[in-house]
Amino acid sequence: MKRQIPLIIVLTLGIVFFIQFFIPSQISTNIYQTTLQWEIVISAFAIVLAIGSLINHHMLKIQRRKPHWWNSIVTLIAMLVMALLGILGRVEGMESLGQLYRTLFLYVQAPMDSAMFAILAFYMASAAYRAFRARSQEAALLLISGFIIMLGVVPFGSLLWSKIPDIAEWIMMVPNMAAKRGILFGVGLGMTATSLKIILGIERSWLGGGGK
Amino acid sequence: MRQKIPGLLLVLFWASLSLALPARQEPVTAEPAAAVAPAPEVKAGDTPNDGGKAITVTWQASPDEARGLVDGYEVLRSETAEGEFSKVGYVPYGFTSFDDQEVPQNARDYFYQVKTVGRGAAAFTLSAVSNPAQAREQWFNTARVNALISCILFTLIVVIFITRAKRGQSLFIRRIAGLAAVEEAVGRATEMGRPILYVPGLSSITDVATIAALNILGQVAKKAAEYDTPLLVPNRDPVVFTVAQEIVKSAYAEVGRPDAYNHDSVFYLTDSQMGFASGVDGIMAREKPATNFFLGMFWAESLILAETGAATGAIQIAGTDAISQLPFFITACDYTLIGEELYAASAYLSKEPMLLGTMKGQDWSKALIVFLLLAGLATALIAPGTRDFILKILKVG
Repeated sequence: MKRQIPLIIVLTLGIVFFIQFFIPSQISTNIYQTTLQWEIVISAFAIVLAIGSLINHHMLKIQRRKPHWWNSIVTLIAMLVMALLGILGRVEGMESLGQLYRTLFLYVQAPMDSAMFAILAFYMASAAYRAFRARSQEAALLLISGFIIMLGVVPFGSLLWSKIPDIAEWIMMVPNMAAKRGILFGVGLGMTATSLKIILGIERSWLGGGGK
Repeated sequence: MRQKIPGLLLVLFWASLSLALPARQEPVTAEPAAAVAPAPEVKAGDTPNDGGKAITVTWQASPDEARGLVDGYEVLRSETAEGEFSKVGYVPYGFTSFDDQEVPQNARDYFYQVKTVGRGAAAFTLSAVSNPAQAREQWFNTARVNALISCILFTLIVVIFITRAKRGQSLFIRRIAGLAAVEEAVGRATEMGRPILYVPGLSSITDVATIAALNILGQVAKKAAEYDTPLLVPNRDPVVFTVAQEIVKSAYAEVGRPDAYNHDSVFYLTDSQMGFASGVDGIMAREKPATNFFLGMFWAESLILAETGAATGAIQIAGTDAISQLPFFITACDYTLIGEELYAASAYLSKEPMLLGTMKGQDWSKALIVFLLLAGLATALIAPGTRDFILKILKVG
């Protein structure tokens, strides 16, 4: 029964929303919008479980003195401080805490996010170095086309030869786009097949235990 | 050099003065704005395939538009042909239609006029009043008939192959290197006595790629349970986290190892994208997993994760349908499931006939699409006039 109920819900809602896609009427749109709101409500419940997991995970690390366990203390304190500031900052007369919350977000969390994002540039350089080593015919082809495209988007390329930007654009718009569309066809069919498998109850891995 | 400094300072001073002072402007002679020609053939009609309360107004471009005298068109609405018209929208020149999405009532007559606004908005002319139009809600989107037919056709193909699989007919499935390596990757972690890291993407449960990743997680968790290899599953989305926890728990129970299940192995990290990336990087640096799985939907963090994993020496299997992230995974990972291979993984790993049937149906549908593409291409080459017709029947509204 524990498995039958979710399967019945999925089958019913799967068929309902498949039909909904073809009905543009106001009632149909309202049903869809309401369901999207349900998702937000369910997410709100799941956040409580997620925070519980986060606290439990770090408490265990501290208790067992796992490597770098002190980072867990920082995480828990940061979480507690931000949660308190966020909640109390909305209380009348305690607006200064809300301001502190915004300051911490803008001048601590946001720069840390940006710093992490900035690291991507270095990773790209190292990945490009590996990808562009002409060890095989395919890698050589990649190297040549990559080189042409790079030249095509910088002014130096057109200085070398005026046709380079056109060649770069052709590579992007014809072979590159053809490959992308080929993958997209497969993705579209894969998505439909996965949805069909779940709606019809053929795929049950999501229930846990791999489909039995 | 010292002699040149005063000269340089003078130049700098002059340059800054030039920037600070407003440029001298020639006096503009005001010319009376000429009236522009009105927009002809104003027609109004119900917006097709919608939930009502919308009317589409179309017109022909004003003859003065080609002369560069038109700035745009204001669309006016009234409840009577002679009544007072009020503005409901504005479109710049170059556009000759407007969807009035705020029609007060369905099944009631409304009239429209188009005001051609000349350059500088000084001159304008009103068009003739349109025909009466009523907004209505539709119960079937005719622009999606092609999608419906495709879905029915695809379902039929899949059902045929499922039926064949049920009858015991063996189905050949091509080898997918990334999936064939899953067993090896889990075995490697077991031999090395290190954990397996499984990241089910960063998207929410509404993403089909996430569902596919969770399906694969069930298979990987079963293998990890059989080999008694620790499994680490960090999550970004709270709903995905709860589902992943249940999947792993059930997988351990199914192989008869419920005692080996560690409740803390599936955990929530953070909602922040880069925070999650740094958290997973930290896990890879500290725990040194022997095998990393990055399956599902990824964005800019894909390379940050894959490069860190490569630096720790882990065997890496990635898979995503995000085309822009595929090159990063291909470069930094040992195996990459490209697009549809991610969706085929669950069937491939479980070898269940019913699931393999859908996979086979998927392959045949692809073959059908390739055939239709070639047929469309040939038709468009032989009869160029059919090109627009082919594009029209393929467009989903």
